[in-house]
Amino acid sequence: MEKVTLLIMLFDLLLGLGLLWLAWQLLESRNLFKAVVLFVAFGLLMALAWVRLDAPDVALAEAAIGAGLTGALLMAALAKLPSRDKSEPLADEKGHWLLRLALLLVAAGLGYVVHSLPESAPGLSAEIANNLASSGVNNPVTAVLLNFRGYDTLLELMVLMLALLGVWSLGIERSTREEPVGPVLTTLVQFLTPLLILVAAYLLWAGADAPGGAFQAGAVLAAAMVLLLLAGWPLQGLLTGVALRLMLVAGPATFVALAGLTLLDAQLLAYPPQHAGKLILLLEVAATLSIAVTLAALFLGYRPRTNKEPG
Amino acid sequence: MSASDYLSVALLITGAVFFLAGTVGLLRFPDLYTRLHALTKADNVGLGLMIAGLALQAESWAVVGKLLLIWGLVLLAGAGVAHLIASGALKQGVRPWKK
Amino acid sequence: MDMLYLGVAFFLLLNLLAGLWRVLRGPSAADRMLASQLFGTTAVAILLLLAERFATPALRDVALLFALLAAVTAVAFVRRIGSSHERQ
Repeated sequence: MEKVTLLIMLFDLLLGLGLLWLAWQLLESRNLFKAVVLFVAFGLLMALAWVRLDAPDVALAEAAIGAGLTGALLMAALAKLPSRDKSEPLADEKGHWLLRLALLLVAAGLGYVVHSLPESAPGLSAEIANNLASSGVNNPVTAVLLNFRGYDTLLELMVLMLALLGVWSLGIERSTREEPVGPVLTTLVQFLTPLLILVAAYLLWAGADAPGGAFQAGAVLAAAMVLLLLAGWPLQGLLTGVALRLMLVAGPATFVALAGLTLLDAQLLAYPPQHAGKLILLLEVAATLSIAVTLAALFLGYRPRTNKEPG
Repeated sequence: MSASDYLSVALLITGAVFFLAGTVGLLRFPDLYTRLHALTKADNVGLGLMIAGLALQAESWAVVGKLLLIWGLVLLAGAGVAHLIASGALKQGVRPWKK
Repeated sequence: MDMLYLGVAFFLLLNLLAGLWRVLRGPSAADRMLASQLFGTTAVAILLLLAERFATPALRDVALLFALLAAVTAVAFVRRIGSSHERQ
């Protein structure tokens, strides 16, 4: 038994040190592509760290977003940057001592906060376990995210919308020349896309009883769309105008409508227990759709042209 | 320990050896094209052996199915991606290593 | 068996960290991408071992996601960047 504990400690130590070292390397890197690859590797190790912290829900989200979307998003962004001479400094070197001082202060503050944390806090898990029966789901994480603190999730959906508004304000579609797609990529995408859609549905459904839910499912669905876009499917041509906007607001709109209804009845987002399960499922389906389309639209990096706008 | 346990141990350890071979290949092979072998051969076999070892310990057939699905997906992605990276590099003019 | 699952997982983590040298070293962008692809396979194996050791089936779903999404970043690399970013 003793040896097992030691091995677990060694594993965790190696994982923690590896993460710190990776973070340092990727921040230090002058080569942006190298930094992107290191960041993808960082996400991988971070998912393992969440597993070790007993948070499989977060590990799932990290895997879906870190492994699938962040890498693709950063690669696409990197491709749009004008190539830069490597020897050129990234920023004004003179301001660096001020930056270091500020970072030192932040680090000291964080250290103080961690140090002053209570040794053992009871937390809210007992209270959640007591009220789980009335939440409509069996997974405590889903119960917190969509029932007990549903407004957090509502605001998170709004944050995603704001991010997309920011990207759309940068401009509309520019014509880009792409290389023709080979048979291998086409086959790969044809295999993966239906599986990705299936797994997204599975994660959405599993979220009621086990780790999973709208964010993970949405991210997987978005990965499917990103793959299709990369393989030259003209998704941006199919999803334009009103259809696109409806899908983007489906999640937030359902949430807001439900918030309004519950506000009239009793309290903000307090569902009647007998309908809670169905309402949560409805919210999750709408949110999954919106999250997926928003993330895919973020990957596109520009506002798709509507039919009325000239080419 | 039962016979299937011993088989699991053997499969897991052999799998680990293949992963080690993959890492050595990634670090020591002379060029991109040879290093692709580490990805598509060594590690995929290593993962297959580990999955076989774990499948022997699985509590249900559903778990065995999920494990096999995972292996199939890794094989598919590994083969597809290795081809794409290699043909991309060849087009860009990265020359294969010659002794 | 417990000891073995953990031992092999630890060994794989060492392998993964050793492979980072290739990401740091390059020399070409394709080399770095290839190494990160390799980490995905290793992470899948680690997750499956931990799922068995700690009896947490949800970890198999995490491994499934890694296996499913392994290709996305690499396809983005091939289609958007290629090896043109830095030549060997």
